[in-house]
Amino acid sequence: MNNKQTLVVIGNGMVGQHFLTGLMTSSLRKTYEVVTFCEENRVAYDRVHLTEFFSGKTAEDLSLVEGDFFEENGITIHIGDKAKTIDRARKLVTSEKGVTIAYDKIILATGSYPFVPPIPGHQREQCLVYRTIEDLETITKIAKKSKVGAVVGGGLLGLEAAKALKDLGLKTHIVQFAPRLMAVQVDEGGGTMLEKKIEDLGISVHTSKNTTKIVNGKSCFHKMNFADGGELETDIILFSAGIRPRDNLASASGLALGARGGIQIDNQCRTSDPDIFAIGECAIWQGQIFGLVAPGYAMARTVVNVLEGGDAEFTGADMSTKLKLMGVDVASIGDAHAHTKDALIYTYQNGADEVYKRLVVSSDKKQLLGAVLVGDASGYGTLLQYCLNEIELPEHPDSLILPSRSDESVGLGVDALPDSAQICSCHDVSKGQICSAVESGCMTLGALKDETKAATGCGGCSALLKSVLDSELEKAGIEVNTDICEHFAHTRQDLYNLVMVEEIKTFDELLENHGQGRGCEVCRQAVGSILASYWNEYVLEKNHLSLQDTNDTFLANMQKDGTYSVVPRMTGGEVSPDGLIAVGQIAKKYKLYTKITGGQRVDLFGARVDQLPPIWKELIDAGFESGHAYGKSLRTVKSCVGSTWCRFGVDDSVGLAVELENRYKGLRAPHKIKFAVSGCTRECAEAQGKDIGIIATESGWNLYVCGNGGMKPRHGDLFATDLDKETLIKYIDRVLIFYVRTADRLQRTSVWMENMEGGLDYLKSVVIDDKLNISASLETQMQHVVDSYQCEWKTTLESEEKLKRFRHFVNSDKTDENIVFVEERGQIRPADEEEREHFKLVEVA
Amino acid sequence: MAQWIDIGSEADLQADSGVCALVETTQVAIFYMPKDNKVYAINNYDPFSKAYVLSRGLIGDLEGKIMVASPIYKQHFNLETGQCFEDDTVRVDCYGVRIENGRVEVSLTE
Ligand code: SRM
Ligand SMILES: Cc1cc2nc3c(=O)[nH]c(=O)nc-3n(C[C@H](O)[C@H](O)[C@H](O)COP(=O)(O)OP(=O)(O)OC[C@H]3O[C@@H](n4cnc5c(N)ncnc54)[C@H](O)[C@@H]3O)c2cc1C
Ligand code: SF4
Ligand code: FES
Repeated sequence: MNNKQTLVVIGNGMVGQHFLTGLMTSSLRKTYEVVTFCEENRVAYDRVHLTEFFSGKTAEDLSLVEGDFFEENGITIHIGDKAKTIDRARKLVTSEKGVTIAYDKIILATGSYPFVPPIPGHQREQCLVYRTIEDLETITKIAKKSKVGAVVGGGLLGLEAAKALKDLGLKTHIVQFAPRLMAVQVDEGGGTMLEKKIEDLGISVHTSKNTTKIVNGKSCFHKMNFADGGELETDIILFSAGIRPRDNLASASGLALGARGGIQIDNQCRTSDPDIFAIGECAIWQGQIFGLVAPGYAMARTVVNVLEGGDAEFTGADMSTKLKLMGVDVASIGDAHAHTKDALIYTYQNGADEVYKRLVVSSDKKQLLGAVLVGDASGYGTLLQYCLNEIELPEHPDSLILPSRSDESVGLGVDALPDSAQICSCHDVSKGQICSAVESGCMTLGALKDETKAATGCGGCSALLKSVLDSELEKAGIEVNTDICEHFAHTRQDLYNLVMVEEIKTFDELLENHGQGRGCEVCRQAVGSILASYWNEYVLEKNHLSLQDTNDTFLANMQKDGTYSVVPRMTGGEVSPDGLIAVGQIAKKYKLYTKITGGQRVDLFGARVDQLPPIWKELIDAGFESGHAYGKSLRTVKSCVGSTWCRFGVDDSVGLAVELENRYKGLRAPHKIKFAVSGCTRECAEAQGKDIGIIATESGWNLYVCGNGGMKPRHGDLFATDLDKETLIKYIDRVLIFYVRTADRLQRTSVWMENMEGGLDYLKSVVIDDKLNISASLETQMQHVVDSYQCEWKTTLESEEKLKRFRHFVNSDKTDENIVFVEERGQIRPADEEEREHFKLVEVA
Repeated sequence: MAQWIDIGSEADLQADSGVCALVETTQVAIFYMPKDNKVYAINNYDPFSKAYVLSRGLIGDLEGKIMVASPIYKQHFNLETGQCFEDDTVRVDCYGVRIENGRVEVSLTE
């Protein structure tokens, strides 16, 4: 036996897990033997982003537990087992499956459950709730055989649930008892505007509806009867009428509860038993429960500190919220309902744009007490900071909500925030912490997120985080300069637009009109790429030649010793025996090193520049084309064998891969682009790690976008499901050209997406809903690229003039004698320096 | 004293780009900027990758100085002095080069 005390955490939800993580990085790591009970069949996951489960996130994606967290930290976790009793006299916890633990301390983190109003009929089948992954699985299953869904409750969660039902393809209703939506957070004016916007999305809103009973329906599974005599037929009823703390275990063991439930806690989060703490949604503090994750996290941090002997206190939490539903912004800050005595109210209402804003201000007009924003929540970050940090308001507080029609900027510069200002409430990260992280070298949003965890919770603070970063970088004299280089005071996107608008066809023309100096490798290549993706002319055209990196100039990839690699295209990874033999014979003839690449094709290494044309001539004669391994362009479309051979395949993944590779080959882009197509969800082609990933389903193709392997892997986002081929290609055309037009130089689609304001939803609105009214132009441009495709090697071999470049010396047929190979595992490799000295005279090639 | 060696015609050069000539036993990278009516010659050896490749780099200017960027690890070299921009201690050899009556001539001693 060791002399460690035993600490039992009951509940492995968001807050329980946050507590464990905090505990393990504290000095208490060694003090306690930790045991945790986890009622659900899986360890903690991100409930806040639960809805993303419907858009393709898996339980693993949502998991909050990193790697072997429990094992590494020696924590015993009982998964799928529930703590049943707490015997406080004998200090024992017993579980449903019969585990008994003698405890020293208990942390209750049992969360809450969805409240289901006891309407007669509420226990009928297909009456569901929305809290766990299991709930979502049930909803998905039942939605498949349903046409209509109704959500009871028009609060924050109710709206989210309604959106989910709508996305599942159901005709969706919201049935709200209160006279308006989000009654807790927004006032009447805001509620009315919100209702209008939600209705615009095709969701029917019924307010002031008291459901009296649920019975069998005629056209649907249920019929809901309302007190006003109305009725509604629906197949699914989702209750989202508020939450209730899970306090039964605490109450059975005699702990004090609040008047309307909830485990009573003090400022240290202690319950009425000093050895038992409660945190998260199960706890009630000064008569208040907190249905958001940030206050729960704050409680968890408090308990860790208290156990360490510190004097941290939980003193309530800000309940401000911001929500974005299918493009509808809603936010509520502080005292939104103006309960404060003598509070002054400013409202701005714009019926045309469906924007509603309200400020609640102290009687002396100096302090912001609360706010409601509907339709445009861009001011949320600024207003929240005014409110939380009690920053004095400008002379005319309404300037904060009136649209700024002059140049005058009314936003609160982040500079005005004190270092103590909390930027991220989920992870309690202050402006000061962010500034010091920037100082110690975090120059990008990604690095900052990794370092401080800010913006990795609900994500609500990301815009603010970015402003702090930009302002710090600027102060440090690090240019947040987006100019592409010293020759052009423009971004890549600007240059692209100039090329389009002014129909510029050459680098010199662009430089003359919009740049200075002679250019450099940065702008030359970027402009080369822009011109190529817009006009798609032969890249070795005289005008473009000097714009290409050596790889593009010689249509091959330069290796460390100055030789090149040769990669013929093998569309979809498909190659015939004759093709393979030809490649083998050519490699043998020119004594090239051969290797299968990670992109499902064969790479031939060690070709001298003068050997490139004859090698390519033979490859082209054998039916091959350039593989563009050298270009910032489409590389490969990886495929799995698919339904043609595989017993699980549901569609012809190779066929589609070949077709797509042939369509997009040659497309020049800001960076390389990779595709993959899998024949079923087993995903043998790893499509979710590609810029464009496609997975066959029983009823079409699922399209994933903006995945990445490489340095910083990113799972692709599910973009659209069950597409027919025509729509699939249309969407890919649009996504790719939009990327080509708007990305930064050398920005892969993954980073492009991460930096895109509005993210996936925005991209969908551009590509699927054609919000910018440009899809026709995107498609036309792609069609031009497709129609003007040429194999650059073929074109090059046809021109004597071009071939002149492929000599090592302009004035001699000699070759570079410094290229020396040695043999390894039966093939050549470049000699290292020492070997080179030794073998100076042994010519291998 | 300079000894000029003919390496070919102006047409053998590549506008706004480079070619390599073998001058006696030395590999010389020659860059041509017809708009400024300028030619530059430096050694073709890239001291960073230890490969003979500088003639295949992209050219332009940096901080107002004419340069070539190594195609392998992208260091920049001043075409007038051979000085490396990134590392004060590294310099490549520069040579004389001129175009006379449409012929390109290099001098290793100039
Ligand atoms: C040859 C190959 C390795 C191999 O032997 O398998 C290879 C070789 C190179 N890769 Fe790669 N990559 C190869 C597959 C991959 C893959 C796997 C794949 O495509 O499925 C990846 C990860 C997937 C991805 O890109 O998302 C990959 C991620 C990278 C990256 C990191 C990109 C990123 O976004 O993080 C770089 C660096 C870069 O592009 O900036 C890179 C860069 C390079 C460069 C260009 C490095 C260089 O500058 O010399 C290499 C030169 C290629 C050449 O000389 O032919 N290579 N590289 C593979 C060629 C595939 C092909 O048939 O075209
Ligand atoms: C769809 C949805 C969207 C949301 N969106 C947001 C948002 O945008 N922003 C925000 O701040 N919050 C949001 N929330 C609320 C947020 O998820 C909760 O505040 C948070 O999960 C609370 O954490 P918790 O650990 O207290 O409870 P939970 O995460 O519910 O964890 C409690 C866990 O304890 C387990 N448990 C209970 N009793 C026992 C027992 N006796 N033994 C063992 N285990 C037990 C439960 O099964 C559960 O797994 C959302 C919630 C949902 C459902
Ligand atoms: S992804 Fe599916 S169809 Fe393709 S090879 Fe794997 S199991 Fe077969
Ligand atoms: S406030 Fe939720 S992630 Fe920062």
